[in-house]
Amino acid sequence: MKELNIERLHIAVGDQEIVRGLTLRVPRGEVHALMGPNGSGKSTLAKVLAGHPDYRVTAGKILMDGEDLLELEPDERARRGLFLAFQYPSEIPGVTIANFLRAALQSRLPEGGELEATDYYAKLYEKMELLGMDRSFTSRAVNEGFSGGEKKRTEILQMAVLEPKYAVLDETDSGLDIDALKTVAHGVNSLRGPNLGILLITHYQRLLNYIVPDHVHVMVAGRIVRSGRKELALELEERGYDWARDGATEPAYR
Amino acid sequence: MTRNQTATLEKEAAPILSGPGGTRECPDWFQDQQREAWMQFESLPKPTRKDQAWRFANVSLLDLSPFKYGGTLTEKERATILEQSRGLEEVAGRMIFAGDELLERDVISDQLKKRGVIFQPLERAMVEHADLFRKYFMSQPAILGSAKFAALHQALVSSGTFLYVPRGVEIELPIEIFHWLNAENDSAFPHLLLVTDELAKVTVIEHFRSVNEHASGFACGVNDLVAGPGAKVTYVCAQNWADNVIALQMNTTTVDHDASAMSLNLNLGSRYSRFESLSRLTGEGGRSDLLAVAVAKHQQEFDARTLQDHVSPHTASDLLYKNALDDRARTIFGGLIRVEPHAHFTDAYQKVRNLLLSDDAEANSMPGLEILADNVRCTHGATSGQVDEDELFYLRTRGIPVPVAQRLIVTGFLDEVVQRLDHPAISEHLHRLIEDKFSENRR
Repeated sequence: MKELNIERLHIAVGDQEIVRGLTLRVPRGEVHALMGPNGSGKSTLAKVLAGHPDYRVTAGKILMDGEDLLELEPDERARRGLFLAFQYPSEIPGVTIANFLRAALQSRLPEGGELEATDYYAKLYEKMELLGMDRSFTSRAVNEGFSGGEKKRTEILQMAVLEPKYAVLDETDSGLDIDALKTVAHGVNSLRGPNLGILLITHYQRLLNYIVPDHVHVMVAGRIVRSGRKELALELEERGYDWARDGATEPAYR
Repeated sequence: MTRNQTATLEKEAAPILSGPGGTRECPDWFQDQQREAWMQFESLPKPTRKDQAWRFANVSLLDLSPFKYGGTLTEKERATILEQSRGLEEVAGRMIFAGDELLERDVISDQLKKRGVIFQPLERAMVEHADLFRKYFMSQPAILGSAKFAALHQALVSSGTFLYVPRGVEIELPIEIFHWLNAENDSAFPHLLLVTDELAKVTVIEHFRSVNEHASGFACGVNDLVAGPGAKVTYVCAQNWADNVIALQMNTTTVDHDASAMSLNLNLGSRYSRFESLSRLTGEGGRSDLLAVAVAKHQQEFDARTLQDHVSPHTASDLLYKNALDDRARTIFGGLIRVEPHAHFTDAYQKVRNLLLSDDAEANSMPGLEILADNVRCTHGATSGQVDEDELFYLRTRGIPVPVAQRLIVTGFLDEVVQRLDHPAISEHLHRLIEDKFSENRR
């Protein structure tokens, strides 16, 4: 099955359990929104999917196209087709975007393989145009001195260039004004297709006006409390997270 | 055995501690100065760790007894060195030295010559331009600890570069100089005297290299940069001696009014490398940028001592030194900003950053301020840290394996200094040298 499959996942930091038996499936070709209040464990889930070393998975499974993700190092996961767009991307002083993305693509080639420079730049410039980014960005250090919007656009640029099978977008709408939000959403929408599964993590409904999800899940206190079609996001906006929590029965999927 | 080889062997046998050979045909005044300098060298005490100027330094490495004058090169050695003297693609002029012998010179254009630019080996300049030469040659005392070694240099130097750029002449392409150490225990005394007149502009890059990457050797260099009023001088030194070389380099930069000087020292090679840099701001509106980058590995020790000396008011200096240290390597930074009385409205900055890649590496920083004027802006600081875990994770989530990610972060950290040069071709060259140094690791 071509899907990102999270099964009864438990995650702890120190003694504290943050994710408590979360089950979620994102098939390739679909966009799933994961909504929840602050502290519900959304970002923790994103980091664990990417393999952040500070979190401990105490139970459960994560499978990507049937392969056990938890057995893989963060860079191996990425090379197998997982991508995380960070809520707060790191600044990498002195490393240009061009060199950074070249290293990332190079790492996907078989040993001894060389990236063809002309093709690389053609692809890079094409994707930058899609995101309304000036070519001069390629020689700027990764995220250094970038505005919030520039950082998020750079995340989506990376996603466009690296062509993952599954992308986790962690609060990609935070820190964006309406223009930046539309640009980023346009970028994400243009990457949608049968070969990409997207998990869209957000606190607010507004992003979902521009990236319309196939399914919406509501996460409260470390588990999914409601799942539904895109209309669920609107209902949630109207009624609030308390409604979602109160109405929760068993952790559900679809 | 041919006569030539016999001569080579005899010459190779002469240790540098036997004193000046006096074999070259230099003017009497120059030879007198050399004898005097030799006496000075012999009378000055050896540095000890108790001297503040040598604090933390591994002074026991400064045993000069094994080192000797470089012998005459064979045709093959000469050809190898010329073949390997590859630096920048485009230069305005070039000199290649091995030991202290000038091997080859690509002269500057006739146009520059006509406008009065002098680009000559020392031994010629001291004859053909004696007045100018004597005015500046070794005119700055070595005050940062190495007076003894500056005397040694003066006593034994037999060639080097003299570059004079007259008023209003701008040399767009860089001037390139190579210094090579050839055989085991060879020595070199690289010298650069660069004098620019009013509103002149020039960029010089020096490459220090060894033919044999395992050979011991000794290098003791002096460079004096004089930036005339409104002149712009850029000096880059790519120090890449073999890892068993002991090297000392004494640099003095004098910045006249409205002039700007930028120097960048890239330290990659040698067992122990000491670099002294004195920047004197003698005229109002002068500015000096002091940059340095070091990649220290294995047992390497890089020892930097600096003085930003603000003599005139309204002057600016900005020092940025970055070191990446791995294995058991050590770095030392001892730097002082001195704002002399009357040097009001000084802007002086000093920043040292160490990136520690191993728990056994050791970075020592001794920044200092001495402010004798009012209304000045000075900051200084030294920090040491490790590769940031968040940055590393970020790169890994893009598929980049740990060793590659670490190297990207470290070269990026160092590139920030290299990018300050207003010269993309040189920055690119230095970037490649840094990458090459890291990839040695994989061998």
